[in-house]
Amino acid sequence: MKGPFTLRNGAAVLLLVWLALLPLYANLTNDQFTLTLFTRIVIMALAAVSLNLILGYGGMMSFGHAAYLGIGGYAIGMLAHEGITNGFIQWPVALGASALFALVIGALSLRTRGVYFIMITLAFAQMAYYVIGGIDRYGGDDGLTIYKDSQFGGLVDLNNHVVFYYVCLALLFAGVFIVWRLVNSRFGLVIQGARSNEARMRAIGFPTYRYKLVCFVIAGTMAGLSGALLANNADFVSPSMMYWTRSGDLIIMVVLGGMASPFGAVFGAVALLVLEEALSGITEYWQIILGPLLLLVVLFARGGIDGLLVQLGAWWQARRVKPSAPERASA
Amino acid sequence: MSEPKGEPMLEISHLAKRFGGIVATDDVQLAIAPGELHAVIGPNGAGKTTLIAQLSGQLPPDSGRIRFAGTDITRLPVYRRSALGLARSFQITSLFLDHSVLDNVALAVQAHAGHSFRFWHNARREADLRQPAMAALERVGLANRAERRAADLSHGEHRLLELAMALASKPRMLLLDEPMAGLGPDESSRMVTMLQALKGEYTILLVEHDMEAVFALADRITVLVYGRVIASGPPDVIRADEAVREAYLGEEEQEASYA
Repeated sequence: MKGPFTLRNGAAVLLLVWLALLPLYANLTNDQFTLTLFTRIVIMALAAVSLNLILGYGGMMSFGHAAYLGIGGYAIGMLAHEGITNGFIQWPVALGASALFALVIGALSLRTRGVYFIMITLAFAQMAYYVIGGIDRYGGDDGLTIYKDSQFGGLVDLNNHVVFYYVCLALLFAGVFIVWRLVNSRFGLVIQGARSNEARMRAIGFPTYRYKLVCFVIAGTMAGLSGALLANNADFVSPSMMYWTRSGDLIIMVVLGGMASPFGAVFGAVALLVLEEALSGITEYWQIILGPLLLLVVLFARGGIDGLLVQLGAWWQARRVKPSAPERASA
Repeated sequence: MSEPKGEPMLEISHLAKRFGGIVATDDVQLAIAPGELHAVIGPNGAGKTTLIAQLSGQLPPDSGRIRFAGTDITRLPVYRRSALGLARSFQITSLFLDHSVLDNVALAVQAHAGHSFRFWHNARREADLRQPAMAALERVGLANRAERRAADLSHGEHRLLELAMALASKPRMLLLDEPMAGLGPDESSRMVTMLQALKGEYTILLVEHDMEAVFALADRITVLVYGRVIASGPPDVIRADEAVREAYLGEEEQEASYA
């Protein structure tokens, strides 16, 4: 976030305005489908933002981030199933359970590096997937229907789709803002230093492990919140929320949007899910189109959508600064 | 400064490290007085880098003790040694290449400015971190490069940045692992001038191949061969030592062709 008038910041603002005005548009055009789609997108964006914190900024390639979606979601579902629908109890439990899970997984997996770290986070998430799928009381593989949304004592009515959408959006904005503050703080510089050169960080006196662990827990908690929202959105939770392909989707969102950029994960979540929706309307083999598209981004736009916007902006700037420059430069 | 006075800053006793059948460090004894610039030289494979790695804590020794400023640090992890004031520069440039030059040094300052569990305030706007970092950059003559990405600097500038980071950590002692490695003649003499200026202010252990620099800078020199100390003393004594001439200085011509 350097100058305020770059193309990238413009795009971010445009997207924010679109997201903020979306319910109006949905009401005017009586298009409930778009509102439903974007509620889901906003929730997944929050999870992607949390993954960006550890993956993009921290270099921790977690392949099990969807586990927190499941844990946050099932905390809501299980409590509702037991008759506890008070959101002031449900949500702290969802966040606490996710944080605890992240603490345990992080404490073990952050002792490993590279491929081992990927495999361990993946293994833990799959373990959670099978364990939850094995609890018959809560529906097992079939999942669990939630008959009553989280109640906040009449303060906010999550049954109202527009209200719920704005709650999700506010939490997404808060998440983006928190991550942005975090990564520029002393804590964030330690995390980014550890991504860049961990041995050196230790040599200059940082016990990197504990910083990475705290970062891992923060990200897990945020993803747990996203899971709690998903549960309230669908009124249903199932083990598939935490299946490894879901973790893969989140990674794709982060990479597609641009790693280690404040808005990248939001760009990525919107782009991936809108593309998925649009392409699946054209053909049922939509993945054949999406796959090569992702490949192109990874090969030719290293910084993802965010990086592309920055480059385009710089190119545009260069053209404006030197208007007399011959046109063949662009030919 | 030929006789260490009082408590040494760094004291190594009976240090040993083996890799399988290879003895990398063999019963090394060494005492470095406060303010002394002590050079460790030796042919390739003499165990100089292994020694530095044990001093900085990256390799645990098999036996022996290391005392630093009155504390036994033999088993302390890397970051604790750094916190005690033992700063190390790396032989192979090891920087945060995707960060700015100033960010690199500011991180070294931050490492010694209490814990970093501060989550909200923008650390790039903290004068407590930026000013000492800038001062260290000025000291090594890189102030005009502060906002550049570390990756964009030349090799010689990287070596200076390494030094600035070591200085910024408010060290009591510097472990410099071949600061002249890969430098051209001009850059080398710039580095020698720099170390000349730091000498006396900091206790320095210098591992270096550049003999000219070593003999110009060192108060005392220790010669390692196959992990053993074969001689230790002031430069003129080392220069005159028969065993050293035989084992090491005969290679000087070869070494010189590197520089």
